[in-house]
Amino acid sequence: MTLAATAGLLAAGPNARAAAETHGFLSPTGVEIAFLLVGLVTFGAAIVTVTTRQLVHAALWLVVALGGLAVEYLLLTAEFIAWVQVLIYVGSVVVLLLFGLMLTRAPIGRSPDADSGNRWAALTVAVAAAAALVWVVVDAFRTTWIDLDGPAAGSTEATGASLFQNWVLPFEALSVLLLAALVGAIVLSRKAKAEAATAADSTPATRSRTDRSETDRSEKEGTR
Amino acid sequence: MHLAYPAVLSALLFCTGLYGVLARRNAILVLMSVELMLNAVNLNLVAFDVWLSKTAEETLHSGQALTLFTIAIAAAEIGIGLAIVLAVHRNRGTSDIDRLRDTAERHDTDGPDHDAVTAGETEKAEATA
Repeated sequence: MTLAATAGLLAAGPNARAAAETHGFLSPTGVEIAFLLVGLVTFGAAIVTVTTRQLVHAALWLVVALGGLAVEYLLLTAEFIAWVQVLIYVGSVVVLLLFGLMLTRAPIGRSPDADSGNRWAALTVAVAAAAALVWVVVDAFRTTWIDLDGPAAGSTEATGASLFQNWVLPFEALSVLLLAALVGAIVLSRKAKAEAATAADSTPATRSRTDRSETDRSEKEGTR
Repeated sequence: MHLAYPAVLSALLFCTGLYGVLARRNAILVLMSVELMLNAVNLNLVAFDVWLSKTAEETLHSGQALTLFTIAIAAAEIGIGLAIVLAVHRNRGTSDIDRLRDTAERHDTDGPDHDAVTAGETEKAEATA
């Protein structure tokens, strides 16, 4: 029975896969509607991220914005980028930001000075840039359509093939850059520890505090 | 799908991040806004790569490869940036970028630090008033 079921699955497999490739999960209008809704959620979460006065809430709304972007990547059939986005951004970058908020002893709750005094100048610049960019982009790509049918443009197979056929040298250079960043972060933390150790005899409370944050920092490096 | 949807969304996200970078005071919030700007660029790259891979005959998938590179560079940037912010916080006791005015032009020659801070704040208050 199991063999028969497997054979049936194998026989039905290519047809099902072909149907999934040609039509996808949603109809084209459904993809547009889903893109618009998720885009609204993403944009709203980004707005809340840059305007909220509670620092930890800003990091948590950033999770919503980045997750919404991952869904947008999935809707654009770039699935590998979507899972990399979930892994790197939602998984590690936000955790790093929360660690940073905790280690700098950010205030829990509302902090009245989250925004600096040049808020209105920043708002003017941002609104002007948004108006100009949206106008130019809509005017330039008014008659351009993305064809989302057919095989996925960003499946893991296609992305891996292009990455390791055409982009091998930048990929290796990027690994060197990541190594340099790792070493740089460790060096920055260790230099602070050495300075704290020289000044530790006068203030033992400061010593214990910096040591604790140093161990947190090294743990964070390990997870990264 | 219309190409304008992801392009407009990415432009709006970029400008949101721009507002955050300009208006926020805490250094970690500025780093979050930088992440938003980088993500807007990523969305743009992915959308145009999907469009080009269906339009052109032969593509290098450069948009998606560059998106992966941008994500990796953003991870490196957030690590180094947080290390710098933590070092500054240990040395100065603050992560408030408005108070880091060592390279600003100060009016007195070698006054103590809090004088420079108060001078800067009064100058800012005069500028906003």
